[in-house]
This record gives sequence, C-alpha cells and structure tokens, in this order.
Amino acid sequence: MSAGAASITLERGGLARRTSDALFRRPALLLTLLLVPPLLWLGIVYLGSLFALLAQSFFSIDEFSGLINYEFTLSTYRELFRLANLDVIIRSLVMATAVTLASVVVGFPIAYFAARYARGKWKALFYLAIMLPLWSSYLVKVYSWKLILAKEGIITWIAQKLHLVWLLDAVLAIPVIGGPSLSISYLGTFLVFLYVWLPFMILPTQAALERVPGNLIEASADLGAHPGQTFRTVIFPLALPGIIAGSIFTFSLTLGDYIIPQIVGTSSYFLGQAVYTLQGTAGNIPLAAAFTVVPIVIMGLYLWIAKRMGAFDAL
Amino acid sequence: MRSERGSRPPRALTIAAVAGLLFLHVPLLLIFVYAFTTEEKSYQFPPPGFTTKWFAVVWERQDIWDAIWLSVKVASVATLIALVLGTCAAAAVSRARFFGRDYISLLFILPIALPGIITGISLRSAFNIVGLDFSFWTIVLGHATFCIVVVYNNALARFRRTSGSLIEASMDLGADGFQTFRYVVLPNIASALLAGGMLAFALSFDEVIVTTFTAGQQSTLPIWMLTELIRPRQRPVTNVVAIFIVAVTFIPILVAYYLTREGEHTAGAGK
Amino acid sequence: MTTAVRFQRVSRHFGTVRAVDDVTLDIAEGEFFAMLGPSGSGKTTCLRLIAGFEQPTSGHIEIFGETAEGVPPYRRNVNTVFQDYALFPHMNVLDNVGYGLMVRGVSKAQRDKRSLEALALVELAGFEARRPGQLSGGQRQRVALARALVNEPKVLLLDEPLGALDLKLREQMQVELKTLQRNLGITFVFVTHDQGEALSMADRVAIFNEGKIVQVGVPEDIYERPRRRFVADFVGSSNVLTPDFSARTGGPHKWASLRPEKIDIWREETLPDATVRHCEAKVISVHYQGAVTRIATQAGGQLLSATIPSGSAKVSPGDIVTLAWPAGALHVMEDEA
Repeated sequence: MSAGAASITLERGGLARRTSDALFRRPALLLTLLLVPPLLWLGIVYLGSLFALLAQSFFSIDEFSGLINYEFTLSTYRELFRLANLDVIIRSLVMATAVTLASVVVGFPIAYFAARYARGKWKALFYLAIMLPLWSSYLVKVYSWKLILAKEGIITWIAQKLHLVWLLDAVLAIPVIGGPSLSISYLGTFLVFLYVWLPFMILPTQAALERVPGNLIEASADLGAHPGQTFRTVIFPLALPGIIAGSIFTFSLTLGDYIIPQIVGTSSYFLGQAVYTLQGTAGNIPLAAAFTVVPIVIMGLYLWIAKRMGAFDAL
Repeated sequence: MRSERGSRPPRALTIAAVAGLLFLHVPLLLIFVYAFTTEEKSYQFPPPGFTTKWFAVVWERQDIWDAIWLSVKVASVATLIALVLGTCAAAAVSRARFFGRDYISLLFILPIALPGIITGISLRSAFNIVGLDFSFWTIVLGHATFCIVVVYNNALARFRRTSGSLIEASMDLGADGFQTFRYVVLPNIASALLAGGMLAFALSFDEVIVTTFTAGQQSTLPIWMLTELIRPRQRPVTNVVAIFIVAVTFIPILVAYYLTREGEHTAGAGK
Repeated sequence: MTTAVRFQRVSRHFGTVRAVDDVTLDIAEGEFFAMLGPSGSGKTTCLRLIAGFEQPTSGHIEIFGETAEGVPPYRRNVNTVFQDYALFPHMNVLDNVGYGLMVRGVSKAQRDKRSLEALALVELAGFEARRPGQLSGGQRQRVALARALVNEPKVLLLDEPLGALDLKLREQMQVELKTLQRNLGITFVFVTHDQGEALSMADRVAIFNEGKIVQVGVPEDIYERPRRRFVADFVGSSNVLTPDFSARTGGPHKWASLRPEKIDIWREETLPDATVRHCEAKVISVHYQGAVTRIATQAGGQLLSATIPSGSAKVSPGDIVTLAWPAGALHVMEDEA
C-alpha cells in the first residue's frame, strides 16, 4: 500500500465540494436550508391564510353597504349563535355523529376480517379493495350515488322486482329522515357520506387490530370466555384507538363537506354549505369565518380527547 | 394479529365483511354500466339500451379536453412542488432532532386534517387581501399545500427505514454531500418519491373542494364534473368522463402500492 | 515511530452527556489498536471522532501529524468498517467495493481491476455480481472490508465488525483480520466490547469507562496487571479483593486483584509459611471445565474463585477448604481504599 499518500486531502476541489465542506462544518445551516422552504410555504401560504381568515371573524359586515367594517367586534359571533345558525351547527353535528357510528358498524367487520383471517394474496387483495375506493375520485363516488338514489334508479328497480316498494315507501315516510325520494332526504345524504368516508374508518381500525396478538384472543378463549365476551373485553378495547383515529377523519370530513348535501339531500344547510354560501353569494366573510371556527374548535376538542385516549399511535 | 392456521371466520363475520366490500365497490361498477346507456334525460335503471356513441361524443368535446389538460398541468406542477418541499422536510425531520420537530408533522397534516373548505376559504380570502388574481397559479398554490403531506409521509417512512450509516459510509469512502445525495440517498428513496408523487398527482387531479375557491373562471376536470352534477346537461357524457377519472386515478394508486408494499403501508396515510 | 492518530485532551459532549471526556491517546503507525469497554463507554464515539462523523467539543486530534478538527470524513484518508456493514443495497458487490474509487474519479476499468483485487484479498472472488441482500453475514463483512481497503486508507477503523457473526466464523475472522493487518501494515483501530477478541488480536488495548480511558497497554499488562478495579472486573475472570480482605490475609490495605489460576487448595497438615497467603473458604459451586476445574468459594464477604487442575483435589459444595496463593501473585491496584 502506498505509504506516501496524504492522510488528509485538503486541496480545495470544485464548487460542489467547497459547498459540501461549508455545510459539513455548519450542520445547522444544512438543516435550515432543508426546512425553510417547506416551512415558509406552509407557514405563509397556509397558516397565514388561516389566521387571516380567523381574524376576519372579529370584524363585522355593514348591513346596508355590504362592506366589511374593520373594527374589532364580537357581534359576528353573537350572530353565529342565532337560532337559524345554531340549527345548521346541530344538524351537522348530528349527521357527523351518525356517519361516524355507522362507519364503525359497517367498517369493523371488514377491518376485523382483513386483520385476522385474510392471509397472503388475500391480504393484499383486501388492502387494495379498501385502498381503491379510498383513493378513487370523490366526485365520481358522489355521482354514483346520484345514479343509485334517483327515483328511476337501481334501488327503486330492485324494490319493484322484489315487491318491496311498500317498504321503500314506508322508509321514505319516516318523518325527518325520509322525503319525497331517497335523493332528496337526510337518509340519502347520510348514505353518501357513509359511503365516501367509510374507508377512512376501516384502515386505522385494521391497523389497530393487526397489532392485537392472536394468542391474546386464544388466551381469552382458553380462560373460558365465549366469543362475545372476548370481543367485548379484549378485541374491542384494543381496537378502540384505531376506531377513534378513524372517527377523526369521518367526523371532520363530514363536518366540513359542502358538496354532498348540495347534490344529494334536502334544501336545509349543513355547516360547509353555510360557509360556502356566506362567503360566496352573501359576501359575508366575517360570518363565514366565524362559521369555520366551529369545526376547528370541535375538531380541536376531538383531537385533544383522541390524543388522551392514545389514538395517534394508530394513525 | 396472528391466528391459528385453519381457523375459520364465523359465518356472520364473513357475510358482514363481504356485504361491506360490496357496498364499497358496487356503486363504482354501476357507473361503468351507465356509461353505455342510451337514456339521455334520466338515470333510468336498467338502461333501456346500450351504445358506445358517448365515448365518441366525449372525444369531440373541446371543453372536456381543456379541463383535462388544465388538471394535468395543475397536478404536474403541484406534484413537483410537493416533491421538492416534502422531501426537504422529510430529510430534515429524519436526520436531526431540533426544537419544534414534533410540531412539523402536525403542521403538514393540518391542511388535510381540517375540512377542505377551511383551506379553500382561507386561501380565497388571502388572495383577495393580497390582491392576487385567480389563475393557474392560484390553483397550484392550493393543491401543492395539501400534496406536500403525501410526499412527506412517504419520504419520511423511507428515510427512517434507510440506515443512517449508509450516508456515513458514503462520506467515509470519499463522497461529498452532493455525491452522497446522488449516488446513495436518491437511489434509495427514489421509489418512495415516485409513489408519493403518484399519490400527490392522483390527489390533485381529483381535488374539487379547495379548487372551487381558488380557480376563478377556469375549470379543472373535477370542477367541470361538479358543474354537471349540479346542473346536468348531457348525462351520459358525464358518465363517460366519470369512468375516465376512475381509470386515471386508479393507475397511479396501483403503481404507488406496488412501489411501497414491502412493509410500509403508508400510501393511504396521506389522504 | 510515527504517530498515526493523536488525541490531546479530547472531549465530546452531547448536551450534559460526556460521551468522551478528556481523552489523551497516541496510536502508532502500523499498530493493531483495540478500544475495549462496555456499551456507552465512549469507544465508538472515539472511533467516530477519528472518522470525522463527530467533531470534538474540545481538544485536538491529529491524523499523521495533520489537524483533523473540522475536516469532513470525505477528506480523510481513513476508512471505516461499520457494525452493520452499511453496504449500499442498490449496488452489486463490485460497485460497492469500487464506490470510493468512483467518487474520486478513477476510471471504470481501473476501479474494476482494483476492486477485483480487493475482493480476491478477502477471498470473495466470483461474488462481484451479487447484491448485498444475497450474501451471508460473513460475506457482507468481507465486502465491507474490501470496500474500505481498496482505498488504501492510512487508518482502518473497525466498529465491532465481528459482533453479528456466529462464534465459529468469528474466531476464523479474528485470525484472518490479524493476518491481513500484519501483511498490509495499515494501522487498525478496532472497537469491541468482547475482551477475548481485544486481547487476542490487538497489539495494544485501551480500556474505556464512562468516556475516559482507564488503562492503555499491551494485552498481557491489561490481563495480568490491571490498574483499576474496573479493568480487573471487565477484562477478566480475576478475583477483585477488597482492601479489608487483602489486609486480613497479610497484604496491603488496598484493592488488589488475584488471578484464579494462582490460587490452590492447601492440603498439607501444617499451615503455609509467610511467602504463601491463605484463608479459610466455603465452597459454593464446582465447575468441571476439562483440563481445569473452577471452584467458586466464599471467605467472609469475599468471593474467591480458583482454577485447579482437574482431579488434583476432591471438593464439593459446602466443604470448608483452605485456599493459598503466593504473596507475589497479588496485584495491588490504584483505586482509593
């Protein structure tokens, strides 16, 4: 081996090498260079916009001129808590809760089956079967339900073939959730919400269930617990963080959506629609901003509770 | 969860799981049927007859081509920005501990954790305040914001799986920072970036909620679709466009899945 | 003799943790130097300071007389064999080995030729087209070695290179590494927590504890004449005698070490004279180890173990025996009594 070679090579080298030297000597500089662009983007573009919007909720709108009055006031929040607006908030909350609970009921068997019984190729297939609906176009999914729920659509057709039209009519006759047709009822809106957000519940639930050791279930069975008891005392509590993680999505997404109730549903507003109309046709940005504070506060509370229950590990 | 070989699922569970999966997939399949219907005025089922003429009609429609082209451009630019910013952030977070590191993930997730309408209306009012006219770039600005997290999640997972000693080994063998990035870091994260980029593209290509607020008069494909949904003009044309969108978003998702499937199922964590 | 690596009062602190604390050390050219210590004792940080992955918080490092602080790893003619080998998974064996030459701009033909030579040196000819994932642990270790050696480093750093290998392969690699080092004449700095490995391979050994070097010396010194209780405890099977016990049996009131093979069981009727120290002890256990038998005993609070030729005495647990050792066998240590 060449004993004459230098132990340290200090010739300066090209620009790349000199830059590399500089970054090596100042690791904090490299870190800064890496972090500043994304932080600037999100900090200025996103957070900046968000805070600018929230700040506007403390302004008010002049009822005669329709111009924004840039003085600090809480009057917009007083307006938010008027009966008609509270109605919108409560309607949205009830819908978000219903959708979340239903997606647990429908999603859990899929997640449980995928986690406990699907193996090898079937497991991959199951995974894709959940991923594809999750990622396929939101609008197309909503659209497909417009086709399904239409009066002349497949549900009516099936009801006729099975001689169950009376049942369909009975369901539509139920006060509040029913309506002239499925596509103009809360029930219809609910079904579309459930369909569109269901995969967001299945994935984290399945992830949580994957982490339940199989021998825990066998141990429970060994100790004489019948399947129902095992489910209640072992499986469900362990899956709960995953379910809560999923519910963050189903709840938040339902709360903020303004397109689904616009396409399938009655003429009563949900939160998202109210915001949309207020900032658009009504031009009342302060009240729209105050409205957006509602889902932020609700989701903030929700996330805080979820964090305390350990749901973030299952995300 | 591991179960004994040969243990069979209870019948009720199988039925519930299969029913759930049918619920997830039948509606999408139904659209394929409707794309061939001869009925123009309603959503009649079963279709009175079948035809392929709507595909030809769509082919001739310039407004649809314009919308597709705009969506492709927006998604490409937004994905590119997200790739650069998301990779930078993931590299920084995976490499070092620093003050506030734990909050960075939260910041990146915020645009998709909060309802899209909040992002949309915030951006719109901010554009108004700064006096920015709505254009191609305002759409891109919005899309890149929520695409970053998809790239970030994929890149971070790969960085964490890639042994830190590989970078040290490269430097030890005489490669400076740039050589190390080119010969060692990039080849190791390439497939994760490709997957993240694909998902970001799919996300942007399909986005409607934020776009409504940031688009002005221009119409991306989802905006075109939304207009058709609210005020249907030629229903079968919408059906054909719908299956086109399904196809375009499925391909990148399948590719992304195959690129990242070795143990890191992070593909869905972004949306 | 030229000094290959010099540490002058080098410290490396991570926050309040003193990973390396005021270490002064000279490693001579061509030496096989081992850094031995428990995990977290600072030996790996020392290695990383030489490689350039870490910079000293204070103090001065020289490599062949040149200042090393602030010099990035890629400017040091020092190469490392990593504990996890750190082979590039996306390159085949030949490209892995040729990597250092490639980034230095050596032509493809040249670097392939030299890489093949290096592979032959570690007896891996014919493996050049494989991927690291297709190799066994021992083969990966050899590729890592070839990848470092092909650059003709002035100092080769080895970070627990044998840790992941099974016992048989490990013993074989110990011999091979030693031979390789002799033939190449490169300075090897070897980090390990395995005392047997360090003592059998190294020319000199540094014992690390809590960021400091406790003792540096040739293996014999370390083994026979530990200067500290820590060394006696860590390096071997030596008995560590408390000052009280040492004084009670006629020695100085100091911590002392006593090798088990120096202790015998006294079988004469009369007690030994003053040149032989002795005590009564109760046998706790007897372990037959082939040629010798190891007897663990207790004398008061002091644990003493003795190795005697198998068959030289019949003892069983519970017996009270008289243990004896030559006065000169006692090695007094520097710790405060």
